Amino acid sequence: MGDTAAATGYKILQKETLSDVTKLMVIEAPQVARKAQAGQFIIIRIDERGERVPLTIADYDRNAGTITLILQEVGKSTMQLGAMKVGDTVASFAGPLGHPTEIKNYGTVVCVGGGVGIAPIYPIARSLKEAGNYVVSIIGARNKGLLFWEEKMKAVSDELHICTDDGSYGRKCLVTDPLKELLESKRRDVAHIWAIGPAIMMKFVALATKPFNAPTTVSLNSIMIDGTGMCGGCRVPLTEGAQFVCVDGPEFDGHKVDWNSLMSRLQFYKTEEQAAVEAYKHKCNLDIAAEKGGA
Amino acid sequence: MAELTAKQRMEIPRNEMPAQDAKVRAGNYLEVATGYSEETARLEAERCLQCKKPQCVEGCPVGVRIPQFIKALREGDMAKAVAEMKVKNNLPAICGRVCPQENQCEGKCIVGKKGEPVAVGRLERFVGDYELQHRTCPLTKAPATGKKVAVVGTGPASLTCAVDLGREGHKVTMFESLHTPGGVLVYGIPEFRLPKGVVFGEIDYAIKCLGIDIRTDYVIGRTLTLKDLLEEYDAVFLGTGAGLPMFMRIPGINLNGVMSANEFLTRVNLMKGYLFPEYDTPVKVGRKVAVIGAGNVAMDSARCAYRLQAMQAKEGEDHEVHIVYRRSMEEVPARAEEVHHAQEEGVIFDLLTNPIEIIDDGKGNVKAMRCIRMELGEPDASGRRRPVEIKGSEFDMEVDTVIVALGTSPNPLVFVDADGLERTKHGTTVANLETGRTTKPKVWAGGDIVTGAATVISAMGAGKRAAADMHAFLSGNGTW
Repeated sequence: MGDTAAATGYKILQKETLSDVTKLMVIEAPQVARKAQAGQFIIIRIDERGERVPLTIADYDRNAGTITLILQEVGKSTMQLGAMKVGDTVASFAGPLGHPTEIKNYGTVVCVGGGVGIAPIYPIARSLKEAGNYVVSIIGARNKGLLFWEEKMKAVSDELHICTDDGSYGRKCLVTDPLKELLESKRRDVAHIWAIGPAIMMKFVALATKPFNAPTTVSLNSIMIDGTGMCGGCRVPLTEGAQFVCVDGPEFDGHKVDWNSLMSRLQFYKTEEQAAVEAYKHKCNLDIAAEKGGA
Repeated sequence: MAELTAKQRMEIPRNEMPAQDAKVRAGNYLEVATGYSEETARLEAERCLQCKKPQCVEGCPVGVRIPQFIKALREGDMAKAVAEMKVKNNLPAICGRVCPQENQCEGKCIVGKKGEPVAVGRLERFVGDYELQHRTCPLTKAPATGKKVAVVGTGPASLTCAVDLGREGHKVTMFESLHTPGGVLVYGIPEFRLPKGVVFGEIDYAIKCLGIDIRTDYVIGRTLTLKDLLEEYDAVFLGTGAGLPMFMRIPGINLNGVMSANEFLTRVNLMKGYLFPEYDTPVKVGRKVAVIGAGNVAMDSARCAYRLQAMQAKEGEDHEVHIVYRRSMEEVPARAEEVHHAQEEGVIFDLLTNPIEIIDDGKGNVKAMRCIRMELGEPDASGRRRPVEIKGSEFDMEVDTVIVALGTSPNPLVFVDADGLERTKHGTTVANLETGRTTKPKVWAGGDIVTGAATVISAMGAGKRAAADMHAFLSGNGTW
C-alpha cells in the first residue's frame, strides 16, 4: 500500500550459486539480524503480489545486519527469488520467528543435514561446537551437484560424513546409514540428534534413532501464511495433540511427529503450486522472447 | 426543506441502504452495500428528532456527537458534519460499515421505539465517505510534547489510540507484524463488507496528518520485545487483538481441507487468494463447504467461500456453503444483517447440528463431516439454552472443505519478555477497562487482547480510553 509502507524494501547484498537449483542470498535486515539465533526462520515476500514464504536462517551477522538464506528453487516464489540480482529488494522480511535451538553442552551430538537442509543445520552445528560439544555431522544429497558447504560444515564438526544417493560423491548411502552405525557401535554416547531436510528424510532419521531412545529434534517447514500463530495452517499433529510450527516450533521431538499427516498436509496445494510454476515459466519465456524481439 | 414537526419527521420512512443484487454480488468481491446518495442521506437525516438527551450517544462506545453531525448533514454543511464526527471518531468510513449499530446508537434511538430507528450507521458512513473523497477536515495536532509512544498492532484499537495520541502531540510509532497495517480490518473483514481502499485511505490520511511512523514486518515478542520497547518509549499500548485460532478437538481436524477461518480469510483478504495465480497465494475451496460456527467471522467465511466457489465454478456446476451451528437461530451471535445477507446470497444454515468427526477420503483429504442433531435444554452459565445431543441422530454431511470459525484467543508472542504483565486463564491481558492500564507500569492494553474477540467499535472505544489515560500520564508527573 501507499504511504504507510514504512520499509522501502530489504536489499539483496550478496548472491552465490551453490548448485543448479540452490542459491545463497545475503539480505540486509538489521532488525532481524539483531535477534536471530540458530534454529529460527524468517518470512519473506518478494513483491506486492508475492506470497509469504518461510525460510530457515542459514546464517546471520549482527554487525553487518544481515541474514543469509539458502533457497532451493522448487516453487514459483523460490524461482523468482533465485532470479533476483544483487541490489534488488524484496518487499517484506519478518523475523526472527520460532524458537531458537536449545544450545548447551550435551556431550556428543549429531547434526544431520539433507539437501537444502544443510543450510539450517550449519548454524546449529556451529553453536553446538562453540558450546563445547563433540559434533558429528552427516550431510547428504541426491548427488554431488546438490551438495554444498562441505568446508563450512567440516570447520564446525569433529567428524563429517558425506553421503549421496547415487554415490557421485562421498559414500553412496542414505544419511541414516552412518547415523545407525554410530548408534550401534556405541563408540560415543550420543546425547542428542538434530535432523533437518526433506520430511521423508527426517521421518527416517526419527525411525532410525527411536530404537536407541536417542533424543531427536527435527525442524519442520510446513505450509504457513503469517508465521505468528494466526492462521493455524502450519499445525502438525504430535502424539499429545496438534501444535503450530510457527510459534511452538519449528523444532519438535521427531519421535512424536505424525509424519504421514505432515507429509499429506504439505501436498495440499500441489496442483496450485505446479500451476504457478508453469505460469511463471511461461511468463519468463515470453519476457525473453520480448527482449529478443525488441533487441 | 422547511422545518418539520416531530410528528412529520417520524412519518418519514427509514431509507433502505442501496445494495448490489444478491445473485450478482454472490459472484463478485465488490462492496455489497453501495451507500446513500446525498439526497437520501439528507432525507434520512430529517428523521432525527435532535433529542435534548440523546440516547444514541450513550449507546456509542466512543460517544460520537450523533445529533450534531446529523444536524449539520441535513443542513447541507458537510464540512461541519465531518468536523462534528471527528471530534470523537477518526475512522467514520470504517465504523459506518462494520459497527453493530442495532445494539448501539440505533438500538437506543427514540424514533426506533415506535417505528424504525434513524439509520445512524448509514449516515456515519455517508459522512465518512464524503471525507475520504473531499478531505475537508485535516487532523490537527498539538505542539510536540517530546514524548515517545509505541503502539503494538495496527488494528482498530491501536489505530484509534495512535491517532488520539498523535493529535496530542506525542511521537507515535506503530508496530505491525504483517506486511500491511490494518489488522483485522485488512486480514479478516472481507472486501465486500469493508473495501481495503477505505481502510488504507483512513490510515494513510491519519498518519500523514499526524506524522505517525508505521513499522511493518515487526513481530513484537520476536523482532523486538516489550522489554526493548520500554527502554526506548515513554509508554506502550498493546492492541494486538485475538489472532490465535481455536480448533475443535474432534477426529480428522488435521485433514487436508480443514482450515481455520483466520487462514481462509487471510488467504482471501490479505493475500488476495481469489486472484491466484495473478497473486501468488492460492486459496482452495471445494464444491461443498461447511463453516463451523455462527459468529460474524463465520458469516464472513461463508460468504467469501460462496463467492470463491462461484468464481472458480465450471459452467453449470453446483456449489454449496453450509453454516453448521449447534444452537438455534435465536442464539446466532452474528449481526442480523450479516445473517440476512448470507441467506440472501445462498448460504444454507444447518442449525442445532454439531460436528463430531471429520472423515478421511483415504488420502488425507476431507470426504464428509459426521454430525449429530441437537436440541435445546436448560439455560447454561451464559444464559443461553444449552444444546444437548439427540441420541442416535448422527448423520454424515458430504463436504470437501471445513472452515472452523469458533473463535480466537490473544497471540502469546507479545508476552515474551513481559514480566509482570498479568494474563487471565483465557490468555487475555488483565487491564483496567476504564483506563486500559495493565499490571505492568507504562503498559496499556485494549481491544480483543483484553476482552477476547469482540467488535471493531469496542476495540476503538478501548483504544480511545487508553489514549486519554496515556495522555494524562504523559502530561502529568508520570505516576503510575
